[in-house]
Amino acid sequence: MRLNELTIKQASEKLAKGEITSVELTEACLARIKEVDGKIRACLVVSEKEALEEAKKADERRAKGEKGDLLGIPYLCKMNIMTKGIETNAASKVLEGYIAPYDATVVKKLKAAGAVLLGKANLDEFAHGASTENSAFGPTYNPWDLKRVPGGSSGGSAAGVAADMCVFALGTDTGGSVRQPASFCGVVGLKPTYGLASRFGLIAMTSSTDVPGVIAKTVEDAGLVLSVIAGKDKNDSTTTETAKSDFASPKPDLSRGVRGLKIGLPEEYFIDGIEKGVREAIEAAIEKLKELGAEFTEVSLPHTKYAIPVYYIITPSEISSNLARFDGVKYGLSRRDEAAPHLYDVYAKSRGGGFGPEVKRRIMLGTYALSAGYYDAYYLRAQKVRTKIKEEMDKALEKVDCLLTPSSPHPAFKIGEQSDDPLKMYLEDIFMSGPSLAGLPAMSVPCGFDNGLPVGMQLIGGRFGEATLFRVGNCYERAEKWNKKKPSIK
Amino acid sequence: MALSKEQIRHIAKLARLELSEAELKKYGGQLSDVLSYADQLQEADVEGVEPTAQVTGLENVFREDIVEEWDDAEVKAALSRAPELEDGQIKIKRVLG
Repeated sequence: MRLNELTIKQASEKLAKGEITSVELTEACLARIKEVDGKIRACLVVSEKEALEEAKKADERRAKGEKGDLLGIPYLCKMNIMTKGIETNAASKVLEGYIAPYDATVVKKLKAAGAVLLGKANLDEFAHGASTENSAFGPTYNPWDLKRVPGGSSGGSAAGVAADMCVFALGTDTGGSVRQPASFCGVVGLKPTYGLASRFGLIAMTSSTDVPGVIAKTVEDAGLVLSVIAGKDKNDSTTTETAKSDFASPKPDLSRGVRGLKIGLPEEYFIDGIEKGVREAIEAAIEKLKELGAEFTEVSLPHTKYAIPVYYIITPSEISSNLARFDGVKYGLSRRDEAAPHLYDVYAKSRGGGFGPEVKRRIMLGTYALSAGYYDAYYLRAQKVRTKIKEEMDKALEKVDCLLTPSSPHPAFKIGEQSDDPLKMYLEDIFMSGPSLAGLPAMSVPCGFDNGLPVGMQLIGGRFGEATLFRVGNCYERAEKWNKKKPSIK
Repeated sequence: MALSKEQIRHIAKLARLELSEAELKKYGGQLSDVLSYADQLQEADVEGVEPTAQVTGLENVFREDIVEEWDDAEVKAALSRAPELEDGQIKIKRVLG
């Protein structure tokens, strides 16, 4: 097995025993990036020099007796998360060449834990999309089939992990952006509870649902990363001091199995539009979990059908406000030639010329939904329906330990197949926007294949109920070992 | 609901986006499609329901109001991203006619 194929758990054990060094592990990842990224295009920036320096430092820390699960572990970071001194452009022409003056809190925490940043991963521009086709710097290709999308918006992060270019990756999830690409690429994608991990230094999209997320090769690895990035941050006042749940303990107790756990199957998530291969994989996963001792019960979430319309009113509204900061004045692309004599022209030309089509579409949609005369009909009403969605999910999760749904109704689709139809692309988030609007933790776990393409199941937990998701996911992956199957990139 | 080209032009102006004729036309149709889809929200019963703007349940999170000094290098790094500076300040184009 090549070093870059190791999980965090495996690599950190080898590092602890002195069998390998972080420099060797980092070199193996960098070599893998050189080998396959010409085809996959997961990385927008590879910071080889800095990575090797950080790896060397991690080895020195270990030599001095320091321990840690992430000490010396190389990772990729989504390009919309600030990294001091290394470009952060959100895959937008507007921020091309932008160097952040500080690290995001999650990056800072990973740095303190000794994780090694390899580079920055591709995404849909400003994380607006579900296929990574909206990147201003070209799409990422799915390692399982290079004609297909890796999902999005954290497509580069998911493809990077699936192709073993890194040991884990950071993404962001606003309405499915970690979970959907994880399911399309056959890896684990975790969206934590809103408020568990800091948003400080994430380029804001929808502040009320944005969260940093983890993409990893195993459920156990996702837990190890979460335990490092979680925690209250004075720079993000929506973060909460939580009771130390067992994922955050030094050695998470994942061996209890699922016996006695009650898992809810929301009937509204098992719709006719689910592809046959996906349905079969999900049904087989349910059977496997039953065998392992979990109990299943049907639940009903009747407001599920409103999740997408609510999401696509609230999201563009927050986007139109958050992206107002890109004005050609303080940083980023600025058109201030003789054709722009007034401040208004600088705004309109910088923004009109710099943003890609989907970003402009969302800004326009949000501007409209918030404008005088339409606010009550769209934004306010969407916020009220959001309350219903949240209340009914919270209520269902009082009766069961977690919910299980397909991550997506289908596996990865072909590049270009739906890029001209924004509404169809919005429906990609059909099973994922509910937990985002409710702020609940959710995780996509590989559960099989449909014609050679990975299928994921989504586990949704109660607020700060990550430990249950890890317990179910870990138990399942130990029994099935889907993560042992690797794409042959061709 | 269908948006007229004039409405699209007005929204683009509010959003400070310069759009081409082709864009105005394209976005008109696409925004109308998404809004028609969102119209199903009108059928949801939200009588007496409070809107949810955020889900944490937190209220009035305070912290000390302390000035954190940046050193010269940090100030320079932050300002260096601006397209035009004068006397350590960001220069903008004129605002009034």
